[in-house]
Amino acid sequence: MILSIKLAWKNVWRSKKRTWITASSIAFSVFFACLMQSSQLGSYENMIDNSARFFTGHLGIHQVDFWEDQIIDNSFDQQALLELDLTKPSILMGVPRLSSFALASHGDRTKGAALFGVSLEEEAAFSYLERKLIKGDYNTESGVLMAAGLAANLNLNVGDTLVLMGQGYHGVNAAGKYSVTGILKFPIPALNQGAIYLPLETLQEFLSAPNMISSYSILLEDSQDTEGMKAHMETILKGKELGVKTWQEMLPDLVSSIELDYYGGWVILVILYIVIGFGIFGTFLMMIKERTYELGILNAIGMTKRRVQTMVAIEIFLLIFLGVLMGVLMATPIILYFWANPILLSGDAALAMEKFGYEPIIPFALNFKIFYNQGISIFVIALFLAIYPMLAIKQLKIIKALKE
Amino acid sequence: MKVIELKNLSKIYNPETIPVRAINDVTLSVKEGEFTAIVGPSGCGKTTLLNMIGGLDISSEGSVEVGGVSIQDMNESQLTAFRLQHIGFVFQAYNLIPVFTAKENIEFIMVLQNMDAKTMQERSDDLLDRMGIKNQKNRRPSELSGGQQQRVAVARALAARPKFVLADEPTANLDSGSTEDLLDIMAKLNKEEKITFIFSTHDQRVIDRAKRVITLEDGVIISDEHR
Repeated sequence: MILSIKLAWKNVWRSKKRTWITASSIAFSVFFACLMQSSQLGSYENMIDNSARFFTGHLGIHQVDFWEDQIIDNSFDQQALLELDLTKPSILMGVPRLSSFALASHGDRTKGAALFGVSLEEEAAFSYLERKLIKGDYNTESGVLMAAGLAANLNLNVGDTLVLMGQGYHGVNAAGKYSVTGILKFPIPALNQGAIYLPLETLQEFLSAPNMISSYSILLEDSQDTEGMKAHMETILKGKELGVKTWQEMLPDLVSSIELDYYGGWVILVILYIVIGFGIFGTFLMMIKERTYELGILNAIGMTKRRVQTMVAIEIFLLIFLGVLMGVLMATPIILYFWANPILLSGDAALAMEKFGYEPIIPFALNFKIFYNQGISIFVIALFLAIYPMLAIKQLKIIKALKE
Repeated sequence: MKVIELKNLSKIYNPETIPVRAINDVTLSVKEGEFTAIVGPSGCGKTTLLNMIGGLDISSEGSVEVGGVSIQDMNESQLTAFRLQHIGFVFQAYNLIPVFTAKENIEFIMVLQNMDAKTMQERSDDLLDRMGIKNQKNRRPSELSGGQQQRVAVARALAARPKFVLADEPTANLDSGSTEDLLDIMAKLNKEEKITFIFSTHDQRVIDRAKRVITLEDGVIISDEHR
C-alpha cells in the first residue's frame, strides 16, 4: 500500500501543469458551488429568521382554534403560560403577542392596518424592532409605532394623532386615539405598508381583552429543530386547550418557495457538475491512454492489476482531494466576508426583491455542511467516473499494452 | 537442470478467420546458466516466443514449463505472481518507472515481493555497484543515458533473484559503447553467478557473445547452435 501511495503521489506530480489544470477546474467548480449554496442557504436562513422574528416565531403557542380562525376571540390568557416551565437550552427566548386588524385614520385618509401588541422591551431583542426605528422614540407607554409606508399613506408624522377603529374581544367596539411616537421602516413590504406596533397592554385595552394574547412566539437556537421541540411543548401544554405550531406549518408559502428555489439551485449545480464531470473524465481518459504501455510494463514485471488499480485510484483521490481543498480554501474567506457583510442590493434588483416580499440583501450562510456537501458531491462524481480507469486496467492485455 | 521446457508450442493468430502461425510447433529446453540468443528476421516470432516463455502471452497449443512448473493453465493473477517471483524482464525501451530514481526502480520489484527493508537495501546497493551505476542511484531515468537506463533495467530484472532473465532486444536502442558495456555485465553475471539469460536480438554483437544461438524463421526453429 505504501508503495502504491508513493508511486501515485509521484505520478500526480509527474505532469505538474496537467495536475494544476485539473485541480483548478475542480477547485473553481467547488468554489462556485460553495458560493452559490452559501448564498442560497443564507437567503433561506434570512427569510426564515425574518419571518420567524416578525411574524410567527420558530414555534408559536396559540389557542387551539386560533390557527384555523385568526380572530381576537381565539386569543388566550397569558396567565396560562406563567405556570409552565418553557425554559430549555435550545429555546433562545419567547415573546407574547396580540394581533388584530383595524382601520387607521388620520385627517381624511383611512387605511386598513395590522395591529401588533408587543412587549417593546422584549421585542427589541426578539425581532430587533428597535433597529427599524427611523424617527421618534421607540419606548412609549401609550403611543404607537407606525410603519413608514403606512405613515406616509396616512400623511402621518411623529407627534401626530392616529385614530384606530375596529372590533374588540367578543364583538365590542374598539376605538381610540393614539399619539405617533415613532416611525419604523421594514424591509418587508407587507409590514412596511400596514403595521402598527403598540405596547401589549395598550392594544389589550383597545380591544377590551385584558391579559389576552394571540400567540406566544418562541425563537429556537436552530430553526430546523422544530419537530422535537414541538413534541416537547405539546407534552407541557397537555390539557391546556393550547396548541403548538412550527414555522413550517405556519408559513407553508415560505417552505414551498424555499423548496422550489433549492431544487432550482440544484439544477444549476447539476449542470456545473456535468461540466466538471467531463473535465475529470477527460483527465482520467488521458491518464489511461497515455500510460497504457507503462501500466502494461508494471503488470508484466509483477505488479498485480489490483495493485495497479489501487495506485491509479490513489492518484485520482489525490487529484480530486487537491482540487476540492483548493476550492474550499478559495471559497472560505469570501463566504466569511459576505457572511459578515451581506451584499446589499439596490435599484431594480432591490425593488424586485421587495416586490416578492423579501429583504433586498444577499446574505451568505456559514455552514460546514456547504463545504462538506460540495466536497462529497465531487468525490462521488469522481468515484463514478473512476469506474472507467478501473475497468480499463482490469481489461488491460499486456501484449497489446506493450505494443502501444 | 532445465529452467525452461517448451513442448510443441504454437501461437496461432486469427484461428477463426485466416490463421497465422506466429510460432509453429516449437520444442525447446534451456538449462540453467545458458546465455542464449534467439535470432531471426523481423516478424519471425522471436518476441512472441519470449512472451510465451515469460507468461506474458498464452500459447494456442503445446506447453510451457518454467522450473518444472507448467504455467500453461495459470490464471492471470497466478501468472503475475509467478513472473514476479521467477522471471526477470529487460525490454527494448528500458521501461523504467519514470518518477522513481534508479535505486527506487530496482527496489520496486523487491517491495512487490515484500522483502524486508534491510535485505532490500543491501541488494539494491550491491546491484547498483555491480552494474557500475552506484553514483547514479538517485537520478531519475530521464537523467540517465540509454546505457545507464538499461543497466538499471538489468539490475531491476535481477533484483528478484529470478530463475532466468528474458531480454527482448536489450541493445536495440544503445550505441556500440553502451552495448559492449551492457554485454560485459551480463556475460559476467552469467559466468560468475550462473544467471540464465535469453535474448531475442538482431544485434550481431549479442549474437557473437551468445553461447547458444537459436534461429527462428516463420515461427519455426531452423537451427539451434551450441558454442
